[in-house]
Amino acid sequence: MTEESSKPTRPPRVKMQEQPPEIRAKNFLEVPYGYTPEEAVLEAQRCLNCKKPKCMEGCPVSVKIPEFVALIVESKFIDAAKKIKETNVLPAVCGRVCPQESQCEGSCILGRRFEPVAIGNLERFVADYQRLAGELELPKIPPSNGKKIAVIGSGPSGLTVAGDLILLGYEVTIFEAFHKGGGVLVYGIPEFRLPKEIVESELDYLEKLGAKFSFNHVIGTIKTIDELFEKDGFDAVYIGVGAGLPSFMNIPGENLTGVYSANEYLTRSNLMKAYLFPKYDTPILKGKHVTVVGGGNVAMDSARTALRLDSENVTLVYRRAKEQMPARAEELHHAEQEGVILKLLSNPVEIFGDEDGNVTRIKCQKYELGEPDDSGRRRPIPVEGEYFEFDTDMVVIAIGGNANPLITATTPELETNKWGYIVTDESGRTSKKFVYAGGDIVTGSATVISAMGAGRRAAEAIHQDLSEKEED
Amino acid sequence: MLYEIINKIEEVPNVYRIEIYEPDIAKKAKPGQFIILMSDEVSERIPISIADTSDETITVFVQEQGISSAKIANMQAGEVFYSVVGPLGLPAVIDNFGTVLLGGGCYGIGGIYPLAKALKKAGNKIITILEARSSYLLYFEEELKTISDELFVATSDGTKGFTGQVHDVVDILVNERNYKFDHAKFIGCTFMMMNCSNATLPYKIPTMVALNAIMLDGTGMCGCCRVSVGGETKFACVDGPEFDGHVVDWDLMMKRKGSYLQEEMMAYQKDPHVCKALEQLYLEGECDD
Repeated sequence: MTEESSKPTRPPRVKMQEQPPEIRAKNFLEVPYGYTPEEAVLEAQRCLNCKKPKCMEGCPVSVKIPEFVALIVESKFIDAAKKIKETNVLPAVCGRVCPQESQCEGSCILGRRFEPVAIGNLERFVADYQRLAGELELPKIPPSNGKKIAVIGSGPSGLTVAGDLILLGYEVTIFEAFHKGGGVLVYGIPEFRLPKEIVESELDYLEKLGAKFSFNHVIGTIKTIDELFEKDGFDAVYIGVGAGLPSFMNIPGENLTGVYSANEYLTRSNLMKAYLFPKYDTPILKGKHVTVVGGGNVAMDSARTALRLDSENVTLVYRRAKEQMPARAEELHHAEQEGVILKLLSNPVEIFGDEDGNVTRIKCQKYELGEPDDSGRRRPIPVEGEYFEFDTDMVVIAIGGNANPLITATTPELETNKWGYIVTDESGRTSKKFVYAGGDIVTGSATVISAMGAGRRAAEAIHQDLSEKEED
Repeated sequence: MLYEIINKIEEVPNVYRIEIYEPDIAKKAKPGQFIILMSDEVSERIPISIADTSDETITVFVQEQGISSAKIANMQAGEVFYSVVGPLGLPAVIDNFGTVLLGGGCYGIGGIYPLAKALKKAGNKIITILEARSSYLLYFEEELKTISDELFVATSDGTKGFTGQVHDVVDILVNERNYKFDHAKFIGCTFMMMNCSNATLPYKIPTMVALNAIMLDGTGMCGCCRVSVGGETKFACVDGPEFDGHVVDWDLMMKRKGSYLQEEMMAYQKDPHVCKALEQLYLEGECDD
C-alpha cells in the first residue's frame, strides 16, 4: 500500500542515513549513521501513542515503547534512554540487531496502513545519545542481600540475568570462556553491524553496577556446576552458553583448506580481529570467489565480511527461497545492495580441491519448495538430477549449530533433549534445583532479543525461588 | 598473580620450560589435556600441552617457531599472560596396558612426561624414546629416565644414541631386540607422529597420538581443528587431542596444518625478536610445524 493511494495522514518514516554500498562494502565501519536529534523527533512524532500498545506485546522484554517514544517527542533523550533501560539492559545493541519487523514494528498499528514507527532506530538513537553524552547515571542499587549468583556465558541472555539480579541486590559473577565479554555480540556480529566499542560500554555499565567478570573460565572443565555451589558458595547458577558446536553438511570436500564454519570465520574476524592482520596476530584466509551457505543473519554477516576482506565476488547459496530466509530483512537488503549474489533453491553436494587441499570449485543441487514443515516454512526438496557447478576458493558454512556438551556432560542431572539442548520450564528452570538456563543452549539458534527475553524470565524465577527458599 | 610466569628456563636452544601460576587449572588438569595461551591482547590463541602441574602452577614447554610462540618465548618470569584457558580436551587414556612405548620429539618431549608418570602409576612398564636433531637439543632426559624402565635416544645427526628418529628405533627394538609393546603413545610434530604410527602398524601395537591441529576457541565452538579419524570428522579440541594414530588421515592433517603458512611467515617477519636461524629451518622445511 503506498501513501499516494491512501491519503497520508502521517509523514513518511524517516530513513536512517547510511554509508553508500560501494564504499561501505570495502570498510568495517558501521553501515547506518544513526538519526540526528531532529530526525529522531520527527520519527517519534509519527507514533500514535496507542492506548493498548501492540508494539510492547511484540517485544520479548516488554520495553515501554510508547513512553520512551513520547519522551523523544519532548526531546528528553536521556530520560527516554533511562525508560528503556528499566526493562532492557542492552538498548544500543537491540536497536541494531533485533528483528524489529517481526517484533515491535511488526505489531505497530501504524504499520497496518503506513510504514510502522522506526522503533529500532529510535531505541538506537537514545542509547547512543546517552552513551555519547557520557551521562550514564547509575540506578539506585539496594544493599547486597548476601546471595551469590553465577552466570555462565556473557552473551545477551547472561548479561540480562546479571543486570536484572544486580538491581535486586544479588552479587553476580559472570563466567566467560573467552578472554573478552559479550558472547555472540563480540565473536559473532561484525563491527560494521555492531561496533565493539558499544558492547564494551554495555559491559562497563554492568561492571559499574557491580557485576564481576571471570574471563577465561570454561565451566564444565575448570569448575563444574556442583563446585560452583559447593566450593564457591553460589546460591543459583544460570547457564547461557549459547549453542556451541557448528553444523557441517557432511559432504565430500568439507575438510579442505578454505572451508570454514561461520563460527570460525566470524570469530577470527570479529573476536580475534583478523581483519586487521598482521596488526593482530590471528590470520584469516581471503578468498577471491567466496561461497557462503545458509540464509540466516550469520550467513549475511559472513558474506558481508568476505566482501570487506578483498573478495571479488561473494555468492550466497540457500536451499529455500528468499521469502523463507530467516535473516533480518535489513541484513538481506544490505547484503544485496553491497553486491552479494544469491543462488536460491540450491544446496552444495560436493566441494572440490586441488592437490594441496585448497578449495577450487563447488557443486550444488537445485531445490524446489514442497509442503510447509514444522517451522511453517515450505520444505525444500532436492530436484533429482539437476546440478550446477562454479569456481570458488573459499566456502563458509552458516547452517546453524548443535548444543555444546561441555556443561551437560559434567552435570548429569541436567535433563537435555534429543539434540542435547537443556530442557527448561517457561521460566528457565532446569531439572536441577537452582540451576536455570536460557538462550541458544535451550532453544537452538535464535536471536539476541529472544535470548534476552529468556534471561529476563529466568532472573524473575531465580528471584522468586531464592526468596521462597529464604522463607522456608 | 594469576597467569604470572613463576619460572622460565631455556632448556635447550629455542625450547622453554615455563611455569605459570594458575591454581584452578593445576588442580583440575589431567594427563593429555592442554591449555590455550595468549601472551597479549593481539596474540593468537594457541594450544599447548600441559607438561606438569604443582598445587598452584602448570608447566608447559614452548618451542619458538612462529609469531605467537616467539612472543611467549620473549616473556620473562614475573610477566603475566593475557589469557590462559583450560584444562581443555579429553584426558589421555590411562590404563594398565602392560608394556607401554612412549615417544617424544621436539616440544612433544614435555608432553609425554605427565603420560609417563600416570602410566607408571597405573602399573605399566615404560619404554621411552626421545628424538632430537642433535644431542644438544635433547632435554628432560633425566626426569624421564627416573620414570621410565628404559630410555632410548635418537638424534638425526648421530651425536647421541641411535642415528635417526623415534620410528627407526621402534623398528630396531621390535625387529632386532624382540621388544613387545602393548600400547604406544607419541607426541611431537605431525611428521613424527605419522612416521611413528606407520612404524607400529605392522606390529599391531595400539597407538595413540596427540594431534596438534590449529585451534581457535578450544571448546568445540569453531570446528577449526577438525581432523579425520577412521573416516569420521572429529574436533581435536573436544574429541581429542588423543586419537588412534593408525586411522588418522595424516595427509589431511598436514594440509590443514599448513593453512596459514604464508600468513605465519608474514607475521613472523614483522616481529623484531624473530630468530633468524629458526626462520631458515622453517624455509628449508626441516620442521613442519
